[in-house]
Amino acid sequence: MRTVWQALARPHFLCSVWPWRAVLYLGSGAVAGVLVLVVMVAGVVGGSVLAVVLVGIPLLVLTALAGIPVAVAERYRMRLVDREPVPGPHRMPDEPGLRGWLTTRLREQATWRELAYTLLFALVLWPLDALAVVLGVGVPLALLGTPALMGDGEVKVLKVWTVTSWPSAVGVALLGLVLLGPGLYALGVVAGVRVESARLLLAAGERDLGRRVVELARSRGRLVDAFEAERRRIERDLHDGAQQRLVALTVTLGLARLDAPPGPLADQLAKAHDEAGRALAELRELIHGIHPQVLVDYGLEAAVADAADRSAVPVDLELELPGRLPPAVEATAYFVVCEALANVDRHSGAARARVRGGHRDGRLVLEVRDDGCGGADAGRGSGLTGLGDRLSVLDGRLSVSSPVGGPTVLRVDIPCGAWADGSGSGEGEKGSGRRGD
Amino acid sequence: MDRQLEREQALRVVLAEDSVLLRDGIVALLTRFGHKVVAAVGDADALVDAVAEHAPDIVVTDVRMPPGFQDEGLHAAVRLRAERPALPVLVLSQYVQRTYAAELLDSGDGTGVGYLLKDRVGQVEEFVDALCEVAAGGTVVDPEVVRQLLRRRRDPLARLTPREREVLGLVAQGRSNGAIARELVVTEAAVGKHIGSILAKLDLPPADDVHRRVLAVLAYLRS
Repeated sequence: MRTVWQALARPHFLCSVWPWRAVLYLGSGAVAGVLVLVVMVAGVVGGSVLAVVLVGIPLLVLTALAGIPVAVAERYRMRLVDREPVPGPHRMPDEPGLRGWLTTRLREQATWRELAYTLLFALVLWPLDALAVVLGVGVPLALLGTPALMGDGEVKVLKVWTVTSWPSAVGVALLGLVLLGPGLYALGVVAGVRVESARLLLAAGERDLGRRVVELARSRGRLVDAFEAERRRIERDLHDGAQQRLVALTVTLGLARLDAPPGPLADQLAKAHDEAGRALAELRELIHGIHPQVLVDYGLEAAVADAADRSAVPVDLELELPGRLPPAVEATAYFVVCEALANVDRHSGAARARVRGGHRDGRLVLEVRDDGCGGADAGRGSGLTGLGDRLSVLDGRLSVSSPVGGPTVLRVDIPCGAWADGSGSGEGEKGSGRRGD
Repeated sequence: MDRQLEREQALRVVLAEDSVLLRDGIVALLTRFGHKVVAAVGDADALVDAVAEHAPDIVVTDVRMPPGFQDEGLHAAVRLRAERPALPVLVLSQYVQRTYAAELLDSGDGTGVGYLLKDRVGQVEEFVDALCEVAAGGTVVDPEVVRQLLRRRRDPLARLTPREREVLGLVAQGRSNGAIARELVVTEAAVGKHIGSILAKLDLPPADDVHRRVLAVLAYLRS
């Protein structure tokens, strides 16, 4: 069970811990409310008096921010009757340090909602909490305790009603027992309502969620950019490091072979030379797969033409673009085409494929079609799922139509905003032209 | 090895390569074959300056160089050829791309140009042969580029027999009839017949001059 409401609906509510959780919630609320009232009154009075000598102003600001810690404590307390965690409505400060934190918090609507809750808590809610506890469990327990207090022959029940005889004391206790059940049920309902109302003011609302979505979209975009930059860095490191060393090694081995007299040594050298050459060829393919240089130098059209050249299945290419695209769009589109062509080769059994595309109404549209057997499933953990994720970061769309018997048609559609200048793409302009960035 | 020393005259080379290790390796290699590296530089601007200063017989340059690590070397080569159409240039690239090859072959009249995969440097003798070929005004295109071009399988190419496609690949690399005959272990006359048939099927003008033939074939493949 997660919430007091669910507990209330079950037949054994009274035998569970939930009624007592409700009592604890409301009881601790009453105590906490008094404390909050004292602190707020002290803050406002002290701040107003000292405002004359200026030190009071920070104190008033602090009092205004008192809602934040109160809300933290309240969200924590809520878990007594509602185990669903309540997300805090605040966002990360824009800049580090106390100043950044203060400006962010003071501008947030959530801060003021929490202050409103704090005032409501200090002035209205805690007395209600206390009243509910007294009526719900205090009175029944007092009645129930009557026989135990009959030591000197008379008890003043609830300070108003004197009981003098044992039979009536037992009768009062029975009444208490009878009232305890409804009392606990009522407390459960009060606690549930109380938590719901607190949640309205303390939890992240629709607006905060909308903002979070925007934030998430942005951070995801940044992640993809970082991912792209990292690929380029790895490509460059391999190119400048291992690849150059290997070429230099093959030169050294090649020269050594010239000087070696025929014999076992020359054979070993020849073997080493060939191995180094193969390692170099493998490394070249690997580097090309990480981030093809032609994409950086000449853009998507040339890179797709290159991918078509390298495809085992013959590819007809009809792709015309008026210029360079944002690097993130180019890279994503390129890798989608590569993955699609690889799938054509691996699964379709097609004899021919066609890549068509162009720029229409500010969107890059690409279509990869093959005449193979069809039946491809984009959702089946293929590389296309990951590419679909990358596309969605750019607000792009991927659709695959692949009836059994073919043909398989894959369409990609990416908004690309303004065209980048034809002068190529440095590390600095990654992700330019992205929406919502 | 001495054969090469005798056969080729010593070339004065300007080398542009940003990796110090590889630069030293290529200098050692060229020196070993009796050529003289008059300047070995690490970026495209220094290359242009060095060419102006030394007026070399041939320029050997990497495509990707500082400061941008994109295709500075290639652009410097194209620029140099625009200024000095007779200057032979051999461009080395970590990764061959017909787009780069096209840009290079379109500079000048397409003679005295080489475009090789950097890996070929390790095949020291073949590399030095290619260097001399380019210095003598020849056209050398990496077999990998030719393979990319041939893989495009345009319809007229489909009319060629497998043997003719093989011959076409070798022609595009700048091999002479004799070299092709040796490679395929056939007579030179047979190669001549194949080439005639290929040129006819592709509607190319018949040509005896190897370089003109290479250029025609490359132009056809790239179109």
